[in-house]
Amino acid sequence: MPTDTVAFDNLPSKLTVNNLNFYYGGYHALKSVSLAVPENCVTAFIGPSGCGKSTLLRTFNRMFELYPEQRAEGEIIMNGENLLTTTRDVGLLRAQIGMVFQKPTPFPMSIHDNIAFGIKLFEKLSRSEMDDRVEWALSKAALWNEVKDKLKQSGNGLSGGQQQRLCIARAIAIKPQVLLMDEPCSALDPISTGYIEELITELKKDYTVVIVTHNMQQAARASDFTAYMYLGELIEFGKTDDIFIKPKKKQTEDYITGRFG
Amino acid sequence: MAREHLSTQYDADLEEIRTRMLQMGGLVEEQVANALAGYADGSSPLLDRVKATEERVNQLEIELDDRCTHLIARRQPAAGDLRLVMAVVKSITDLERIGDEAAKIARIAKQMHERGVVHLPGFSDVKVAANLAATMLKGALDAFARIDAEAAQQIVMQDKHIDSEFRSLLRELITFMMEDPRTISTALDIVWIAKALERVGDHAKNIAEYVIYVASGSDVRHTQGQPESTALG
Repeated sequence: MPTDTVAFDNLPSKLTVNNLNFYYGGYHALKSVSLAVPENCVTAFIGPSGCGKSTLLRTFNRMFELYPEQRAEGEIIMNGENLLTTTRDVGLLRAQIGMVFQKPTPFPMSIHDNIAFGIKLFEKLSRSEMDDRVEWALSKAALWNEVKDKLKQSGNGLSGGQQQRLCIARAIAIKPQVLLMDEPCSALDPISTGYIEELITELKKDYTVVIVTHNMQQAARASDFTAYMYLGELIEFGKTDDIFIKPKKKQTEDYITGRFG
Repeated sequence: MAREHLSTQYDADLEEIRTRMLQMGGLVEEQVANALAGYADGSSPLLDRVKATEERVNQLEIELDDRCTHLIARRQPAAGDLRLVMAVVKSITDLERIGDEAAKIARIAKQMHERGVVHLPGFSDVKVAANLAATMLKGALDAFARIDAEAAQQIVMQDKHIDSEFRSLLRELITFMMEDPRTISTALDIVWIAKALERVGDHAKNIAEYVIYVASGSDVRHTQGQPESTALG
């Protein structure tokens, strides 16, 4: 019987990963990973390229199922249910666990329709309800003031940082519980990055945020908890303050201080 | 920090900060030794040298502050590197103050020798406190050089010896002053010197506490030398 666990400091766990193994065909990409992602907090996954941080993120909403040769074994418990074995519709699951990617991916349609598209898949709203929801999502993503006069224009006309906030708005428009972000700022300039990081801090009031980043300073700035991964293993998971000031493992220390290679 | 950083310049910058801090420590140690030797035998050149060294100590403090600020701004050190930089920034303040205490001892010693009244007949002298202070300072700097938490812990524990030595000196000197008011000015001078030595011990203890912080990440200040968790529990 799967059980939810307590994460840190009596914080309830939103996603509890138990003994998770992941395979790309014959390649063993995640090796017995266990950790508890605290609810309403920002958790960052850091580590060198190929360490499995994005793989781990992608197991949370079963993105890997798009590729037949990939498989995951173990447990990812959310709300008492193992996400890997649930028979629930994967579309509904992904509505609960939204995702934002490295490169902004606006749909080739208007700003308004970018947001409305996902909502229409899950809910039947009247026009005015839909307009309210679009405004709510864009406001949550700190984009409303910049786009409220051009909702009919294409999402592709926005700047990179605005496009990324549009994608965040699209993800939260369907009211997920968890927001996964895979390198959300790596294609953005420092000002846009600052906006997104500010937004991440705002969003954790309502959502559990998990972010993959190879920018260590970003993890230090924006997250409450940090997991350091290397070669498919979870090396250390703890409070971001502890990881960046007094990590317990020598390997973490070497990576954090740039003595990796 | 055995492992090399991807940037050799970063490692070089960190090493330079560490070296300069220990160099500053060496100068301050010399100041304390000269002040005490000058106090003992009235050697004016030794006492003058304490004052002369102060200028270099102050310069090193400013230089080290600047180097640390630049390193933080440009490299964003983390974990052990960050703890080392923070410990250096704090330690150099203590070192500079130890230098001030040495200068104070030298100034008082000079006045006493010029007046020609240095000793109180029958007074046991400040030698014990002086040795304790000098040993603590040397020990704290050695512990810093090796980032040796155990040695640092020993230094922290020694502080109570110098404190109790100061209190017993004070009691003894008050007795002198009450019995013979003619001893007051000399006894007061000795009190100032003993107080300066006690302060040197405090600063050495602070430096030892920073060494423990660098080594383990635990802040043992205001905990009687025990790590936070134990102190609270």
